[in-house]
Order: sequence, then C-alpha cells, then structure tokens
Amino acid sequence: MPLIWLRVAVGFYAVGLVYSLLLLSRKGNLLAKVVEPAVGLGLIFHFVSLVEATVLIGHISLASIQYSESLLAFLAMVVFFVFFVGYRTTTPGIIIFPIVFVLTLASALGQRPVSITSPTLRNGWIFVHIVLIFTGYAGLFLSFGASLLYLVQERALKSKRPTPLVNWLPPLQTIDDICYHALLFGFPFMTFGIVTGSVLLIEKYGPMFFVDPKIVLSFLMWAVYLLLLYTRWSSGWRGRRAAFLATFAFIIAICAWAANNFSRVHRFIAS
Amino acid sequence: MNFVLIGVNHRTAPVEVRERFAIPESHLPEAVRSLASSPGVEEAMIVSTCNRVEILARTTDGMSSLDGFLRQLYGFDLAPYRKYLYEYREADAVRHLFRVAASLDSMIVGEPQILGQVKEAYATARAVGAVNSQLDALLTRAFAVAKRVRNETAVATSAVSVASVAVDLAKKIFGNLDGKAVYLVGAGKMCELAARHLLAHGAKQIYVANRTYERAVTLARKFNGEAVVFDQLYETVPRADIVISSTGAPHAIFRKEHGERFLNRRRNRPMFFIDIAVPRDVDPEMNKLDGIFVYDIDDLQQVVSSHVADRHVEAEHAEAIVQMEVEKFQARLQTLDVVPTIVSLQEHLETVRQAEIDRVRGRLGAMTPEQELAVEALTRGIINKIMHTPITTLKSAARESQEVTTVIDLVRRLFGLREAKPTIVRDEANVAAGGKRGAN
Repeated sequence: MPLIWLRVAVGFYAVGLVYSLLLLSRKGNLLAKVVEPAVGLGLIFHFVSLVEATVLIGHISLASIQYSESLLAFLAMVVFFVFFVGYRTTTPGIIIFPIVFVLTLASALGQRPVSITSPTLRNGWIFVHIVLIFTGYAGLFLSFGASLLYLVQERALKSKRPTPLVNWLPPLQTIDDICYHALLFGFPFMTFGIVTGSVLLIEKYGPMFFVDPKIVLSFLMWAVYLLLLYTRWSSGWRGRRAAFLATFAFIIAICAWAANNFSRVHRFIAS
Repeated sequence: MNFVLIGVNHRTAPVEVRERFAIPESHLPEAVRSLASSPGVEEAMIVSTCNRVEILARTTDGMSSLDGFLRQLYGFDLAPYRKYLYEYREADAVRHLFRVAASLDSMIVGEPQILGQVKEAYATARAVGAVNSQLDALLTRAFAVAKRVRNETAVATSAVSVASVAVDLAKKIFGNLDGKAVYLVGAGKMCELAARHLLAHGAKQIYVANRTYERAVTLARKFNGEAVVFDQLYETVPRADIVISSTGAPHAIFRKEHGERFLNRRRNRPMFFIDIAVPRDVDPEMNKLDGIFVYDIDDLQQVVSSHVADRHVEAEHAEAIVQMEVEKFQARLQTLDVVPTIVSLQEHLETVRQAEIDRVRGRLGAMTPEQELAVEALTRGIINKIMHTPITTLKSAARESQEVTTVIDLVRRLFGLREAKPTIVRDEANVAAGGKRGAN
C-alpha cells in the first residue's frame, strides 16, 4: 500500500474532522472556508493512493482490509461530493468526515497489507461487487448523517431557541432532500452489489452460503434499506421515525462489515 | 482636523424636539449651502432623518461654533433645547459619524437604511459644492467602515421584526418559499402583513378563511387568492404549507388530532403554524407532532428579542472596529497636515538647484549629454540627501507627536519656506497616504 499519499489524504481529512468537532461543540464554523478545498485535496490524494496501490501490487488488492477501508472511505467522500455539488452544503460532513477519517486512518496505519491468497478474489467480478456494495454503503452513510442533522434541526426549531449551529445548518427541507436522495442513490448500487455477490457465492459454494452471518446481515441491511425507501414512498416518513430506521440500517451495516471475521465464505485469506 | 458635529437623535431627544430640528428634504441643499458659507466653515454636510439630525462641518480653526448658523437656520432660541443637543469635535466627531454610518447608533442596531441616508446627505452636500478634500476623505472612510462592520460582524444578519422572523423560520423549514401555499385563518391586519412578507419571499397560493365570508373574499382579492367558507376549514387547511391564524375564537381551533389528520393527508410533509391570536388558536400540543411547527406570538417575540440581544453583542465587536478606524483616520489626517510643508520644501530646493545649475552653466561651457546627465544626477543626489531628514522628521512628528505644528514651523523657518497653501488638494491626500505606507 503506498502509504505516503494515503497519509497525506488522512492529513487533509483531519481538517474535515476538526471542522465537524468544532461545529458539534458549537464553537462555530471557523473552518467553513477551508474545509471544502481541504477534503477535496484529500480526495485527490486518496485517489492517487488507490491507483498506485493497484498498480504496485499488480492486481486489484481489494480484499486486503486496508485497501477496502480506504476504498469505502473514498467512495463515501465521492458520494459526499456528488451531493455537495447538488446542494452546496458541507453540513452532512459533520457525520461523514469523522467516518471517512477513521476509515482512512485505520487503513494508513495498517503496516503491511494482508496479501490475498484466495484465488476467487482476483476475479474481476469481485471488484464490481465490492465497488457496488461500497457505493451503496456510502449512500447509506450520507443518508444516516443527514437524518441525524434533520433531528438536530427539527428539535431546535421546535424548541424555539435557535442556536448558532442551527442557524448554520441548511433548511429542514434541504436536509430531508439529501437524506432521501442519498438513499435513492445508494439503493441500486447496494442491490446490484448484493446480486453480484450472491451469484459469485452460489457459483463457488452453492446455495448453502445463506446461513453465513455476514451474508445474513447484509440481506438484513438491504431489507432495512428497502423498508426505509418504502416508508418514504408510502407514507412520507421522515424526521424521527426515518432517522431511527436509518440508524438501525447503519448499525447493521457496521455489523455486516465487522462480520468478515466470523464469516466462512467471505474471507480474504484462503484457509 | 477641525471637525465639529452637532446633532439630536432618538436617544437624546423626544420626537417633538426632533421634529423641530428636522430639515425637510426640499430645504436641505439650501441649508447645507448656507452652512458651508458661514464664517469659519470650510466644508459641511447635514443628515436629517426621522430619528436624527447631524450637522457636520470642518472649520478653519477648530474653535468656531455653529450656534450662529443654527439660530439663523431654525429661527428660534436654542437655549431651551441645549440639553437635547450633543456636540462632538475632532476624533469624537469622526467616531460619531462612523458609528452612525455603521448603524451602531440606530434605534434598531444594524438596520440598513441609515447608511443609505448618510450617502444621500453626502450626495446633496457634494451637489451644492459644500464638500471637498477632508470631508470627502472622512465620508469615504465612513462608508468603508460601515461596510467592514457589516461584513465582519453579525450586527445586521438576524431578523428583528415579528413578520421577518416568521419568514426566516418558514425558510428554515421549507428552504425557499417558492410555490408554497399560505393559509390565512382570520382576516386581521397582522395576518395580512405576515402574508405580504411571505408573498414577497416567493409564496404563491393564498387561501383565506374567515367567519364572515365577505371579509375573507375582500382579503383574498387583495392577494389574488382564494376565499374559503369557514365550515370547510379543516378539509382545506392541509393544502397549505404555512398557516397563519388570528381569529378571535375563545378556544384553540387547531388541536393535536387535527394536526394528525393534516399530516396524514399531506403524507407527512411539514406544516408551519404561525399563531398570532390571543387567546391562542393553535393548541401548543400540536408542536409535539413530527413535522408540525407551531410558533405563537410570544415565541416570535422571544426570537425577536434574542436577535436584538445578539445584535448588541455583535455591536461590541463593531465598536472595536470603529475605534481602530478612528485611530487610523486620525493618523492619516495628521500626515495630511505636513504634506504642504513637504511639497514646498521639495519645490524650494528644486528652485535652488535649477538656479545654481543655470548660474554655473556659462562658466562650464558646452557640455556633452553625458556630462549634462552627470551634473543632473549629482545635484539631485545632493538635494535628496538634504531633504531626507527633514521629511522623515515631519512624517514621524505627524504620526507620533502632538507637536506637529512646532516641527512644521521649525522646518519652514530653517529653509525659509513661504506660508502653506490654504487648501489641500486630493492628490496631496494620496501623497500623504503613500508616504505613510512608505514610512511603515
């Protein structure tokens, strides 16, 4: 893993982290002017690091933990920027930046990549599968972040004592739009990611893989994702209820991510 | 600097006094012209609004009083009004003007109109030729200070009226108000005012329901809206995003169960209830529903007063900016005082140099162009060296010491310079500013 560029990216993302912390501690938006170019530069270095990693190792080393954390963080930032262009607000970064920072830092601190011995993982379809799933994750992260901001803003408006943080947050409607569109954006990626993953696994292990914890959690997450969208379409759920569901989906997503360790079929190292 | 400022404002004088001092717009040019031509007055301008009258002049000696002018202008004895008038001189006058322009002296701190009014007053004074170099520099600076205060502090950012707070809140909920529907329940004046504000910010459809249907129709017609029969209130309210209620009903007409029904009909799209009725029309329990926001008149007032308080906090930052700017301006004007001396010193030595060259030219005979250049460079070098110390001494005296007139006098006597020119032209002001920058 070419760590130097990744570490540079971590440095830039740290600006994003500090920005989030300042906002959350109500110290105001001191970094508002620099945060966007800083994380933008971080994203560029991050991209360079990913490309270089791929070139150096000679194949796509997706399944090394460091690489995949890095890729997930990268895609989360890309999705963040897609929405930034649409809505001109960096506020979802309050949630996204710390997640991205932690993922990238963890990736940059990993000294030696776990080399991939499993031949399956060199398959190009795996690459497709992981990028799809991760983009889906990124959409979910963003939506989760926005739904928390929605709660903060809603509570402040109802309390009738607007605080500086709240004055600075975008209008409720905008946050809600981000929340919904991030879900809408991530869902097809997640769906196709799970489809490609399933096809790959059926090919290799047959239908038995469904009892694997990682797979079960992934399907559960997808179901909650779908439920989020469904409640939105059918009865316009937003605010508190939608935020609870999004938090739930986010927790399952984290569990599914962590479940690699318990998974029989979803491993990077051939046992 | 010799600035004098006399005025009354909303803080020092009640309206019946202010109106005696106010100068109608049509009389203003004449008043400024007569002030500028009063004895001892070099430049002048007058700001007259409903909250203040500021009479600003630059006098020849800084001691002149404007009393004579005031008596002539108003035609009544000033003595009984003395306690309402304030008078500032020099740096205090500069500070007061900066504070007025930056809206720190306004009744509602940060209100934007005053800057425009000062600009108009300035334009009037210019038009009648009452303004030249120093007042011009002062006003230009005052506008820059006002801009700085607006940009660097939050003194003018928050809404400070009930109607504008309502609009701000609506924007916090809905983003922009384009195409939003507004429902007026009751046809009172307050309703109308709030609706007008919302329309100005993009709201489109207006519905009006009133117990007396005819009044609803009249009001709806004003906004090109739709009047609704009061019995159909609950069926039609869900069409609106913003509901402004101000009926005289003794009990709440919108209760929690209504809210639930509205949300259901609207598929949970948010609603904003502005309740300006006393007793209240909207049950405060409604505010607990997800997606319904209820503000009553007290809530709105509370936001207004918290914004006013915020403005006062911000005004303290602004005062610091003003103080800094006053000092900068003072320093600049003091440098301006020495400019005529510097200019005449330069002219004097240049004349001596030319005379000396002409005198010896006959003895030297024909010179090659190179020799000409060498003589030129030599003589210029000498006078520049000689001038260097007096000029830097003048500049630093202007910047630092109170004895600037003594230093000016001394340099003039040492070099046998003539009296300074009476008026300072704008270019010299630039020389002074440049000199100051150079010296820093």
